[in-house]
Amino acid sequence: MAYLELQNLHRDFGTVKALNGIDISLGEGEFLSLLGPSGCGKTTALRLVAGFDRPNRGSIVVDGKDVTNVAPSKRDMGMVFQAYSLFPNMTARQNVEFGLRIRGRDKADRGKRVGDLLELVGLGHAADRYPHQLSGGMQQRVALARALAIEPRVLLLDEPLSALDAKVRVQLREEIRRIQLELGITTLYVTHDQEEALAVSDHVAVMYGGVIEQMGAPAEMYTAPATPFVAEFIGTMNRLEATVTDGSQGDVEHAGMRLRVDAARGRRNGERVLVLIRPESLELEAATNGAAPNAFAGEVLTQTFLGPVTRLKVSGSGTNLIADMSTARAAALPVGARVIAKIPSEGAKLLSLPDDGPGLPVLDPDDQ
Amino acid sequence: MRLRRGPTLSAYVWLTVAGIYFLLPLFATFLFSLNKNSTGKCCTVASYTWVIHNGDFWHTLKISLLLAVETIVVSLLLFVPTIYWVHLKLPRLRPVIAFLALIPFVVPPIIMVIGLLKVYKGSPDWFYAKPWGFLVASYVILAFPYTFFSLDAGFRSIDVHTLTEASQSLGASWGTTLFKVILPNIRAAALSAAFLTLAVVLGEFTIANLSAFHTFPLFLQYVNETQAYPAAALTLMSFGLTWGAMLSLLLVGRKRGGSGGVFGGAR
Repeated sequence: MAYLELQNLHRDFGTVKALNGIDISLGEGEFLSLLGPSGCGKTTALRLVAGFDRPNRGSIVVDGKDVTNVAPSKRDMGMVFQAYSLFPNMTARQNVEFGLRIRGRDKADRGKRVGDLLELVGLGHAADRYPHQLSGGMQQRVALARALAIEPRVLLLDEPLSALDAKVRVQLREEIRRIQLELGITTLYVTHDQEEALAVSDHVAVMYGGVIEQMGAPAEMYTAPATPFVAEFIGTMNRLEATVTDGSQGDVEHAGMRLRVDAARGRRNGERVLVLIRPESLELEAATNGAAPNAFAGEVLTQTFLGPVTRLKVSGSGTNLIADMSTARAAALPVGARVIAKIPSEGAKLLSLPDDGPGLPVLDPDDQ
Repeated sequence: MRLRRGPTLSAYVWLTVAGIYFLLPLFATFLFSLNKNSTGKCCTVASYTWVIHNGDFWHTLKISLLLAVETIVVSLLLFVPTIYWVHLKLPRLRPVIAFLALIPFVVPPIIMVIGLLKVYKGSPDWFYAKPWGFLVASYVILAFPYTFFSLDAGFRSIDVHTLTEASQSLGASWGTTLFKVILPNIRAAALSAAFLTLAVVLGEFTIANLSAFHTFPLFLQYVNETQAYPAAALTLMSFGLTWGAMLSLLLVGRKRGGSGGVFGGAR
């Protein structure tokens, strides 16, 4: 049974539709990430759940009770903000204690709970420090402990790691997940970082233009994107606009080249499709004289060292492709080398494109 | 790389010039205040004794200090919630209020007092005929620019939205949020507003004079016109009293720990 439900939520700001009818259903103790580029409506959705804003239409239900018009102070939602939000006039201990004082909990009870939570986030030693004496990562840990102290019905996290450096971000996201699992708390997490969302969530909802494009398990979002936008947003994807030429064989045509894609079998001839290939699925090898089936010939334009793998950009026949290969193998294909890129017929995914529809969504590189 | 050295010679020169500029008049006033009333020569503390034993001195000082305290309380009660609300919910109104806050600077006090006397004419006696009513209302307006710009700088130095939302998500009411979260973090700005208001009220002459209330600046003026050496002593004493009152406010408002927001806008 669903514990947190967002039902047909709409929120307009003037003529801008920040949320255009989103539906989310989350079970008790589950972790859902709202993922999307800036302006997609994910923070708006979170603020509606927290009660800081009201929807134009739709409702928010927690544990069977409609809380749409309940004041934020009465909702019992713990929230961790993107900006550092600790009260500067209070120590870490006093910050964590704040919600318990409001609830009139006795001193001994407060002391024990605050101590336990600060230990849980690994800051028992820093209880008497003021926020300006804590690093950014420590401040967000205290903010997490403060949000958990009130035993919230739902934990809301609004890009809590975005101001932290990369290493701390990875450490803290793992800690957030560990604590969430330990306490079994229903969690709604907003982020624009797909790696973060995929790493910690039970479910991911990708948002774009105020609607949910796709919602599912992280692996499902990565391996089976349901829309061109999700395909573009989750991970890196080669996208080839093509037309089905022989649906019985799975043949499609892209830029004058015929490719065989298993996923195209059974498609209507003449249908516009988008062939999706992950960079790690492409096979690159040095060009030989003979033409290879299901392959593009091209030239290595750039090489980007990414540690264990190297990313190569290949251009040829009017198509740009990105391929990831082991750094050792990539050394044999320097910039300028002639290569062939083999398209795996079984590894490529296919999405239908409207026959006269708009082009593919274009993402800001910063949002990817 | 150049190593940073200590203060240069020019720094000492400018410090000395500034010190002379500020301290020399005080020192000259002090020397003057030590002169004997009968001979006009040094040295006696009779002028100070005269001031201390003068009943009007204590009476008017008490009135002015009470007026200052009342003005500070009314100003803070009025403007802290207002400016908080403007920052939180009506940020587009901020420039309008900033413009209004400049008006007491632009309108001369003499014009202001005539206007205020006309506006409040016919109001109840407990307000119009008492300094605690009419004068405080006028002083709140007179101190508005100082109060507004100090508090505004304080509110701008904190993340009002996030702190408010964090407090509310933890179950705090508006009142608890204002008094437990917001106010402690603009404490320095509120103190700054209080200092400036205190200085304005303790030195205000025109409005009190034209509305016929006997305050400390009027006593100072009276002594200045009638007795030269005690006037110098009184000037120095009022200078010290103002600084003493400010120091008291600072000590009362000081609290251990925390960052405490801003003092007059600078973090």
